[in-house]
Order: sequence, then C-alpha cells, then structure tokens
Amino acid sequence: MAIKCGVFKTTYEDDEAIWQTKASKFWITVLIVSLIIFPFVFQDSKYLLHIADSVLIAIIAALGLNILTGFTGQISLGHGAFIGVGAYASGYFMNQFGLPFLSCLLIAGFITAFVGMIFGIPSLRLKGLYLAIATLAAQVILEFVFIRWRVVTGGSQGLLVAPASIGGFAFDSEFKFYFLALAFAILAILVAKNIVRMKPGRAFMAIRDRYISAEIIGVPLFQYKLLAFGISSFFAGVSGSLWAHYIGIITPEHFNVVVSIQYLSMIIIGGLGSIFGTILGTIFIVLLPEILRAISGPLSSSYPILIDIFNALREGVFGLVIIMFLIFEPDGLAHRWRMIKNYWKLWPFSY
Amino acid sequence: MEQVVQSLISGIVVGSIYALVALGFVLIYKSTAVINFAQGELLMFGAYICLTLVTTLKLPFLVAFVVTLLAAALLGFLLERLFLRPMIGEPIISVIMLTIGLASLMQGFIHVTWGSDTMVFPAIFSPEPLRFAGIAISQVYVYSVLAAVICLVLFNLYFRFSSSGIAMRAVANDQQAAQAMGISISKIFAIAWAIAAIVAGIGGILIGNINGVNTSLSAFGLKVFPAVILGGLDSIPGAILGGFIIGVLEALSGIYLDPVFEGGTKEVVPFIVLVIILMIKPYGLFGTEEIEKI
Repeated sequence: MAIKCGVFKTTYEDDEAIWQTKASKFWITVLIVSLIIFPFVFQDSKYLLHIADSVLIAIIAALGLNILTGFTGQISLGHGAFIGVGAYASGYFMNQFGLPFLSCLLIAGFITAFVGMIFGIPSLRLKGLYLAIATLAAQVILEFVFIRWRVVTGGSQGLLVAPASIGGFAFDSEFKFYFLALAFAILAILVAKNIVRMKPGRAFMAIRDRYISAEIIGVPLFQYKLLAFGISSFFAGVSGSLWAHYIGIITPEHFNVVVSIQYLSMIIIGGLGSIFGTILGTIFIVLLPEILRAISGPLSSSYPILIDIFNALREGVFGLVIIMFLIFEPDGLAHRWRMIKNYWKLWPFSY
Repeated sequence: MEQVVQSLISGIVVGSIYALVALGFVLIYKSTAVINFAQGELLMFGAYICLTLVTTLKLPFLVAFVVTLLAAALLGFLLERLFLRPMIGEPIISVIMLTIGLASLMQGFIHVTWGSDTMVFPAIFSPEPLRFAGIAISQVYVYSVLAAVICLVLFNLYFRFSSSGIAMRAVANDQQAAQAMGISISKIFAIAWAIAAIVAGIGGILIGNINGVNTSLSAFGLKVFPAVILGGLDSIPGAILGGFIIGVLEALSGIYLDPVFEGGTKEVVPFIVLVIILMIKPYGLFGTEEIEKI
C-alpha cells in the first residue's frame, strides 16, 4: 500500500474527493473496523466506553459549531444552550407523546435548528465581536428558560428520559449505546464533509473570507448565514438528543456557558474549518480532564490536597492549554497532522 | 416605596461598579481591539489581593488599597506582555478565545490559592447608616459610589490632559497614524491593560466590601457586556452610563419581575435588553458606526 509522494491530481473532482488515495481509503476502513471492534475488547471497562460515547456524541455538536464558526466565520458562544434545546425537545416529545426515539431525534434537530435560526437573525447586522456577545446573550436567556420553564424542562430537578431504542432494541448500556453513537457520528461526519464540499459550503467560506465580496458575486448573505446557523443548531440538537437518551436525566447545568466554551475550544484546538481537526480537537478536550484525573489520582495519596483542588486545577489547566495552543499552534491539531503527513510523504528526502 | 428606593440605591451602587469594570473593558477594546472576557477575573484578583493584605498581613486599608492597585497594574502589564502580545494580527475569534482561556486560568489559580469559601472584609466603614431625607444608606454604599465617581472623573481627566492619555486616544483612533507620530503602540497596549486591571481591581475591592469575596465575583465580567453594548463598545462615557443603567435595571427587575418568575430575573434581564439593543441600534447609544469598504 504505497503512499503517493506528490500531488498527482488532474481534475477538480480529484481535489474534492473523500478518498484521496487508495492508501487513505484502506486506512480509514481499518480505522472504522477497529472502532467497531474496540467496544468488544474493552467490554468490561464502563469507564472507557463512557468516554468513547461522550467523544462520539460531542463530535456531532462540534462539527455543527465548526460549520458555523470555522467555515462561515460566525462566532457562537451559545452552542451549549443549543445542545440543551435539543436534549429537552427530544425528552419532552418522548415523555409527552410517546414518540419513538428516531422521530424524537429528528424533531429535536429541527426545533433546535429553528431556535438557532431565531438567534441567528441578528447576525445579518452584527459581526465579529458583536455577534459573539449576541450569542452569549442567547446562552444566558436559554439557560434561564431551562431552569424556569418547569412544565417542559422539569426545572433544576431535571427531566427523566427513557434510553434510546430502535424497533424494540434498547440502547441502554454504555456498550450498546456505543454503536448507536458511532453510527450517528460517522453519519454526521459524512454529512458535514458533503455540506462543506457542496454549494452551501463554498458560499459559507466565501462569507467567512470576505462577506462584502461574497455578496457582490451573488451569495445571498442573510440566507446563507441563517442556513449556517440552522445547520449548526441541527447538529447540536441531534447531539443533545443522543446525550439526553444516553445519560437518562437532563439538568440545566449540562448546558451552561462553560460547555459552550469547551466546544469553541474543541474546534480551535482541532483547527477552524477542518472536519478532521474537529474530531481531533473533540477527542483532546474530552480526554483532557480524564488525563488530569489519571495523573492526580496516584499523586493524591501523597498530596491529599489535590482532591480538594482538582476542579480548580482542571479549570486552570484547561485555560493554560487553550492559551498555549493559540500562541504556539494557532492553526490547530489538523495543521500539525498535515505537517507530519507531508514530512513522511517525502521521507527520507524531505527537502 | 421605601423598598423601591432602597433597591434603586443598591442598583446605583452595583451600577457604579459595572461602570468601573466597563471602563476598563472599553479602554482595552478601544486601544487594542480586544474583547476581554477576563475582566471579571481581574476584578476578583483585586478583591482577593486586597483582602489578603488586610486580613493576613494586617496592613491598614488605605495602604492595602494602594498596594493592590500596584499589583493589579503589574498583572495587567504581565498579561499583555505574555499572552496578548503574541496574538497581534491573529483573527478575532482566536483573541476572544485567548481571553476566555485567561479567564479560566485565573479562575483556577484563584481557586487553588484562596479556596472557594466566601471571605469577608473586616469592617472598614462604620456600620452606622447615613440618613438622607429619611432614607438610610449604609456608609459602604456611599463610599463605593463616591470612589467610583472619583475614578471615573480622574480617568476622564487623564485621557483629556495627560500626554499618555492623549497618546492612548490617538492609538485608539488610528494605530498607524499614531505610530507615525512616534507613539509606541506596544507601550500603549501595556498601559491600557494595566489601567483596565487597576479599575477592575478598584471595583473588586468595593464590591468585596459590600458582598464579601468569593469566586462568583467573576460573574461581573459577563454582566459588563450588556453595559458596554448599551453604551457603545468604543465609548467611555457610554460604558459608564451603560453600567449605571444596567445596575438600576437589575434592581428594578428584582422588584417587579422576580415575583412573577420566581426569582433569577436579575441575571437574564440585562441580556434581554442587550439583544433588543443589538436588534434596533447595534452600535449602542454612543458607539461609532463602522463603515466598511472593500
């Protein structure tokens, strides 16, 4: 399985192909197969499977945010709340009307898309900093609704939700849910990749790079900005719905501003405007606290104070990691990955 | 009526602290075009430093106050030099994210150093309330507003008459032109951050005297957004006015809306106002409208 050592593309279609080379097709197949085998190997470790599930669910929402922020250039500080909208919508429709899981998931997606588009309306007049603040307002207002609209959300007590099930098969354990989450994550990656390759994706990038020029060459700004908000929120809604039926209880603090910031940091650390980077960034941010926990665990026997300050420590390290990435690796992990790949492409004659 | 007046007064007091924090915020935005999400943490830092100086080192309050301001200025310098300087020329979202990271880092640091329990300043002002026309106002409130107003006036004078203040306004107006006139931009950036940290520190000490000091003080950093958007992101008088308006608005919603929604409206009303302003007047009361050309 030789890896090509140069660029041999002759058409634009080649440039946009998902399977760039036979080798990449082979390795991605290997990756997917090993992802399917993974839970069988670690069947006994609920902890590992839980982390894997969290990563897969988070990838869906992070992809949505990257379409909005990375590809369209609209900063959103309210993504966490949108995920919450999806979670509550899905839980409410299942509890009240007894709808099956898949239709709840779709409804959640569309409701979230609708809410996202409402908060996207100001984006026509606002940009950059102002938009970031407007979405922060969306976050605060939605959080308030989650806590106060008790009839629907159950308030701070939370809303109990039945586990996901398709055709009578309940995905009620970490192990079973893994396959559902994996299927949806792969589907989301494919959809995102294709949106980005198609007309809307090109329009998004045109708006991001220079919105006045985009408008002049005939990209209807308002329409596409709203579309970006809609698509991004749809992804958030689906992710929220999956999360709700996985965890089983929805409480407002799962969707606060810290969550929004975490999602932003996922796509920034991964690489803005890169689907692959989104995946890397999500894995990194979800694993970061777990790695910290793993390190502070053995140390805490000799320094018991570590247990008390663990949360604070996690917060501090989280901030530090973001800062370090922004200063030393502003293009994210995806960029680093490309560099490594390019290096090996020509190895050992990399000059 | 008595209750309404009382909460209006406390609204004005809180508003004066918003105004201080907003002043620093606008200053940073004006001269460096950075939205600082760590403003609330700067406030918290000031409060904790002063508290430690007063309680642990037993310094007299005024000395502690001055030392705190020096420490805050130093912190501002350091933040700018270490973290913001490398980000010049990076896209907006990266810079925003950097200040969010800074906020998280400082939160973690303060948490680890001082713990998460609420700490109280020893009584510095006498608890005997002052009486104006039959309305009792506690002395802390009076001094807070007084201090805030003095700061605001001083900084206004500074920007108007001192050479570094004028240089700062020049940089805010047009960086290249200012540079061509021989103004050192990096120096101005550092001064902007130092001043922002100082005013936030003053705000922190004041609010710490009123409410006690804990990590929830950083919420002030988010509350400053409605204030500055209302006033216009790049207008210092606007930020001050916006701060007072948001403070009073909060107090009013505490009286009239809390019974309807079972509390918590204080947190959300400023942001609803923010959305409305953004919809009808995106550049706020005094902000300059950006006109873009290709």
